[in-house]
Amino acid sequence: MVEFSLPANSKVQPGHTHKAPAGASRVKTFSIYRWNPDDGKNPQTDRYEIDLDACGPMVLDALIKIKNEVDPGLTFRRSCREGICGSCAMNIDGTNTLACLKPIDECKGDVRINPLPHMPVVKDLVPDLSQAYAQLRAIEPWLKSDTPPPPDGERLQSKEERAQLDGMWECILCFCCTTSCPSYWWNGDRYLGPAVLLAAYRWIADSRDEQTGERLDALQDPFKLYRCHTIMNCTQTCPKGLNPAKAIGEIKTLMLERQG
Amino acid sequence: MSDKTFAPTVMRSMLGRARGLGSAKSGTAHWWAERVTAAALVPLSLWFVFSIFRLEGAPRAAVAHWAAWPVNATLLAALVLTTFHHVQLGLQAVIDDYIHGEAARLVVLLAMRAGCVLLALAALIAVLKLAFTG
Repeated sequence: MVEFSLPANSKVQPGHTHKAPAGASRVKTFSIYRWNPDDGKNPQTDRYEIDLDACGPMVLDALIKIKNEVDPGLTFRRSCREGICGSCAMNIDGTNTLACLKPIDECKGDVRINPLPHMPVVKDLVPDLSQAYAQLRAIEPWLKSDTPPPPDGERLQSKEERAQLDGMWECILCFCCTTSCPSYWWNGDRYLGPAVLLAAYRWIADSRDEQTGERLDALQDPFKLYRCHTIMNCTQTCPKGLNPAKAIGEIKTLMLERQG
Repeated sequence: MSDKTFAPTVMRSMLGRARGLGSAKSGTAHWWAERVTAAALVPLSLWFVFSIFRLEGAPRAAVAHWAAWPVNATLLAALVLTTFHHVQLGLQAVIDDYIHGEAARLVVLLAMRAGCVLLALAALIAVLKLAFTG
C-alpha cells in the first residue's frame, strides 16, 4: 500500500558534460534528462555547454543544435517549430511549455530540461502520451447531431455561437496542462485531466452539437471530472495562453444547472 | 510508471482503460454540498467567535443562560452539524485523491465517516446538555 522506496529507474544521476568549443563567447549550459530503455541504467542529467552566438533564440534551437552537432543520440519530439503542432512539449526550468516558444533568454542560470512530468518515458525527452490520447478519444471529440446537415451547405452558427468556441479551438493538445496537474499525477488513470476536459467542453459549448446531455452524463463522475480542485496549474502553464480551469468550471456549472 | 504501462500482464486497449467502469453519474451533489457548507460556515463561525469573545470571563451560569436562548441553541447546533458535514465532505475528497486501492480507500473512508458522525453527535449532545440542563 505505502511505497517507501522509489520504483526502479527513478533516481536521476549526474551524467556527462559536453564542453563548449574553444573560443565560445556566450556560453549557456543545458542540463538535459537522459534515459535509455535499452541500457538498463538509471536516468542521468547530461550537461551541454552551448555558444549562444552560434545558436537560435529558442530552447528548441539549442536542442536541435545539440542533436546535430554534439550528441546525435539525444531524443526529443519536434515538428513545426512555431507552436502549432504541440510536439516539443517538455518541462523547461520547472514549467511545462513548448521548447519552440520558450526563449533561452528567459531561463536564469542553467537551462534544465526534463520530459513532461509523471508520464511514462519512452526515451530521453519523449513521454508516452497514449493514456492521454485514449482519454481524448473517450470523450468523443467530434460533432454529434441527429439533425442532418442542410443539403446545400454547411451547418450554420451565429457569430455569438461561434464566439463560444474561442479559447478552446486553439488547443493544440500538447498536454502541458494535463501533465502539470497534481490531480492528474495521482489519479491520471481515472481523472481525465485539463486538456481532455477542455476538449470535452469545446463540444459541449458547440451550438451545432446535439449530444450535450450525453456528454455531460459521461463526465458526471467523482473521478473523471471532480478530481479537479481548481489548482490552476493548467491555466498557468498553457503555452497557448488558454484557460482549461475556466472550461472545467463551466462544465461544473452546467452540471449544477441541469439538476435544478 | 513505465514498467506498468509496458507490462505484458495488461493488454487491455488504452481506450478500454480510459473508459474504465464508465460514469458514476454522481459527484455534483458532493461538490455543491462542499461549497454550500463552506458558505454557511462563514457567518456561523463569525457569529460563534464574536459570541465567545463577548462571553469571555463570564460565569458558567451566564454561558448556560446564553446557550439556552433558542436562537443561540439553534445556531450552535447548526454550527456543529455544518462543520462536521463539511469536514466529512472535504476529507472524502482528500481520501479519493490520495488513497489508492479500493480496499484501503473503503476502510479509511468508513473510519473517517464514523469518526465524524461520533464527534458531531458528541458536540451536539454537549450543546443540548448546556442549553437544557445548564
